Amino acid sequence: MKNKLLSIKNLKKVYHDKNDEILAIEDVSFDVYEKEFISIVGPSGCGKSTILSILSKLEDKSLGDVLFSKDVTIGYMLQSDSLFFWRTILDNCLIGLEITGQLNDENKNYVLSLLKTYGLYDFKDKYPRSLSGGMRQRVALIRTLALKPDVLLLDEAMSALDYQSRLAISDDIYKIIKNEGKTAIMVTHDIAEAISMSDRVIVLTKRPAKVKNIYDIELTDKTSPINNRKCLEFSTYYDQIWRDLDVHL
Amino acid sequence: MSTYSLEHKQYLKKIRREKIFITLVRSIIIIMFIIGWELLARFNIINTFLSSSPSKVFSTAINLFKDGSLLGHIGVTLYEVFVSFSIATIIGIVFATIFWVSPRLAKIIDPYLTILNSLPKVALGPLIIIWVGASINSIIFMALLITTFITIINIYNGFIATDQSYITLLKSFGANKRQIFLKVIFPSNYITIISALKINVSMSLIGVIMGELLVSKKGLGYLIMYGSQVFNINLVITSVVILGVISYLMYFVIDKLEIFILSKRS
Repeated sequence: MKNKLLSIKNLKKVYHDKNDEILAIEDVSFDVYEKEFISIVGPSGCGKSTILSILSKLEDKSLGDVLFSKDVTIGYMLQSDSLFFWRTILDNCLIGLEITGQLNDENKNYVLSLLKTYGLYDFKDKYPRSLSGGMRQRVALIRTLALKPDVLLLDEAMSALDYQSRLAISDDIYKIIKNEGKTAIMVTHDIAEAISMSDRVIVLTKRPAKVKNIYDIELTDKTSPINNRKCLEFSTYYDQIWRDLDVHL
Repeated sequence: MSTYSLEHKQYLKKIRREKIFITLVRSIIIIMFIIGWELLARFNIINTFLSSSPSKVFSTAINLFKDGSLLGHIGVTLYEVFVSFSIATIIGIVFATIFWVSPRLAKIIDPYLTILNSLPKVALGPLIIIWVGASINSIIFMALLITTFITIINIYNGFIATDQSYITLLKSFGANKRQIFLKVIFPSNYITIISALKINVSMSLIGVIMGELLVSKKGLGYLIMYGSQVFNINLVITSVVILGVISYLMYFVIDKLEIFILSKRS
């Protein structure tokens, strides 16, 4: 039986500015199980990213509950890789450890081993500008993994990349997350990306966000995101979610 | 080198030729200017009493150098520039940091900083002499008034323009304000700081000369002022020429320093 790791109940978020109150999230509830890969899709501007900001404590919720079943470390990966141009690749990967005061030989060796495993060891003394977009995003992932998070939050983490790098890096990230046995919650606007990577897809309505539907993604041949796209069921899920999103131009 | 293709060799040759051409034209302009000036003076087309001549400038410089006073004047001016440059840099970084730490304070101070920066400082000259006294301190004070505010403004603007995603990233690791400053704000702004220093050097020189024109017993500004009072135009123009050379050299050094620091990061 799967263990419940996180449960979000009736989450609500209101933003205030000079002229107005904006209800970003009206009522969102869902559970996340250990080692599960969850995607949140929804119309642009619906407040998907806000959910991750709240989970990572970058923003406060207005109402509702966010309950973790145990003490967890959270790793947050953003759309922009935000690699520091004045730091080498290795030093970029160590920044989280520096901030949290966990920089010791053991953790540094762990980072070096991650760099080795994911093909970036030869670049460890280079600066970010000499890396391609896909490699930079992989560095960003290692920077996140360095803190050994239990839960990874991916906020449109691949959407700044060109389509081919994106397919390749989705595959990489998927494998890394599965290898390292992490739980992941990904926000994306890309339906195909969501279906191909996730165990479950949560579809939100347009702002103010509510949960419209939750899909258990059951594919006959679940091996890698690229292979998953070839499954027969893939297009069925795609059509259903597309209809849910109810996009009008 | 020998492994390059013919096209690439031709391309490199083209770049080299362009560089030589530019240097050549540059040199011709200055040489023509000096020769023209000298000829006009020699044939009495211009009055050398009012506009001097390159040979007179040269001999004046040699005489000043021989009697040992030239290096003293240059030394005093450079010393004043160095002191005011250093103090302005430190004040600039410290205040930019304070304003970054407290955006509220920055908002309160903002209009005053703008007024102080745009005020023509030379108008304060007489006041400075009365307050600080007719000494080297007045000169440094004048230079500080001219450089400090713009240094604060430039560095502070760099700080607040820091890529927000860097800050979000550190916050996601639970960083405090001090860590955000030390790990992101300061290091990500080294280019801003270097360019602020670049402006700072020339502003310091302007401030120091302005101060020396108002009150001084030594320095290039003093030489200019003294020369004009005794109507020794040779002395005035010689000092201006030396000043030009010095300001170019200072800019050159900082520029090379900038290139050196930037190249270490690539």
